[in-house]
Amino acid sequence: MKDSQPRRTMLYVPGNMPSMLQNVPLFKCDSVILDLEDAVNHAEKDAARNLVRRFLQSWKERDKEVLVRINPLNTKWGHDDLRAILPEMPDAIRFPMCETAEMALELDAELARYEAANGLEIGHFGILPSIETVKSVLNAYAIATSTKRIFGLAFGAEDYTASMGVARTNSGEDLMHPRMMIVMAARAAGIQAIDTVFSDVSDMEALRRETELVKRLGYTGKCLVNPRQIDVIHEAFAPRREEIDHAQEVVEAIRQAHAAGTGVVSLRGKMVDAPIVKRAINTLRIAYAQGLVDTPVDEEILNG
Amino acid sequence: MEIVKKAVAGTMQSSDLMVFVEPADKLKVEIESTVIKQFGHLIEAKVDEVLAKNGVTVGFIRLTDRGALDYAIEARIETALARAGAV
Repeated sequence: MKDSQPRRTMLYVPGNMPSMLQNVPLFKCDSVILDLEDAVNHAEKDAARNLVRRFLQSWKERDKEVLVRINPLNTKWGHDDLRAILPEMPDAIRFPMCETAEMALELDAELARYEAANGLEIGHFGILPSIETVKSVLNAYAIATSTKRIFGLAFGAEDYTASMGVARTNSGEDLMHPRMMIVMAARAAGIQAIDTVFSDVSDMEALRRETELVKRLGYTGKCLVNPRQIDVIHEAFAPRREEIDHAQEVVEAIRQAHAAGTGVVSLRGKMVDAPIVKRAINTLRIAYAQGLVDTPVDEEILNG
Repeated sequence: MEIVKKAVAGTMQSSDLMVFVEPADKLKVEIESTVIKQFGHLIEAKVDEVLAKNGVTVGFIRLTDRGALDYAIEARIETALARAGAV
């Protein structure tokens, strides 16, 4: 599992629109989510499934992470979606309406059966569960820790507010509590937290403010519906110059510490140990992806 | 495989196509496309390939193409055939 790779931008692409699908190789997002669920009306589920399958077959040189959002397994489409899609080897399944650990384990078992039958390593396919109902928010930590396939929790605000019986506000207080619950559950489980989509494509400033807010809360990425939003989100998630400088100092300090035979060192009077180094590595990884530093960070530095 | 009823798949959006299939005594294929001059022969070859792959030897197949790529042509024909009870 590439569970630590940057997922700043996870772009939804409707599964039944060739004009969008065929541009997927051009989009500069970290991940794409080919959508068989909400973007496809009921009468077209079969068509979208065929289209996504054939598109994945035709896309030979994949340059970004590929997820497919299947329909929930308790609908009549979910299992057919998996049967059609898994042979095309997506990296992961975006799993909607995942309300309990048991639901995640049901998908886990189905993926394991496919992997075993096809000689793939067990755990090959990842799972990104959507936390998008009140119940799933309350179960977020249990879901996050239910299977090692889960590399992140993704907040879905539209369904959440519907299940809560409230309207979405511009000020965002309606989402504050679930956002905190999800990021805490994700971080406690050692996985990523991915924020919900921002649907007003015309308001880039509000998108920037929201992305900066969720970054401060601990989110590492955001879903989006329009490729025009990619740059703004990348900029908001980009580390600031002083954060990069500090991260480089931390990495250098720990390198010297290891050379001297210790795993802890002091940098300007503050202790530098494994968690600090981990955060510095994350910062430098994003900085590299953003083109803000020239060389990729040596992640082995953490292990001495 | 036999086309047992009329069916349609696809849309008229750009980069897509619509596929209409219906039962017939022999195989007949009609292609209308915005790019027929440049790519007509390639579209025809793709349609023949997909029909052969699905064992379709009789039926009336009509395509209205809006500049779709091969993967979309294949997917839309498959969907139309499945809806027609042929696969």
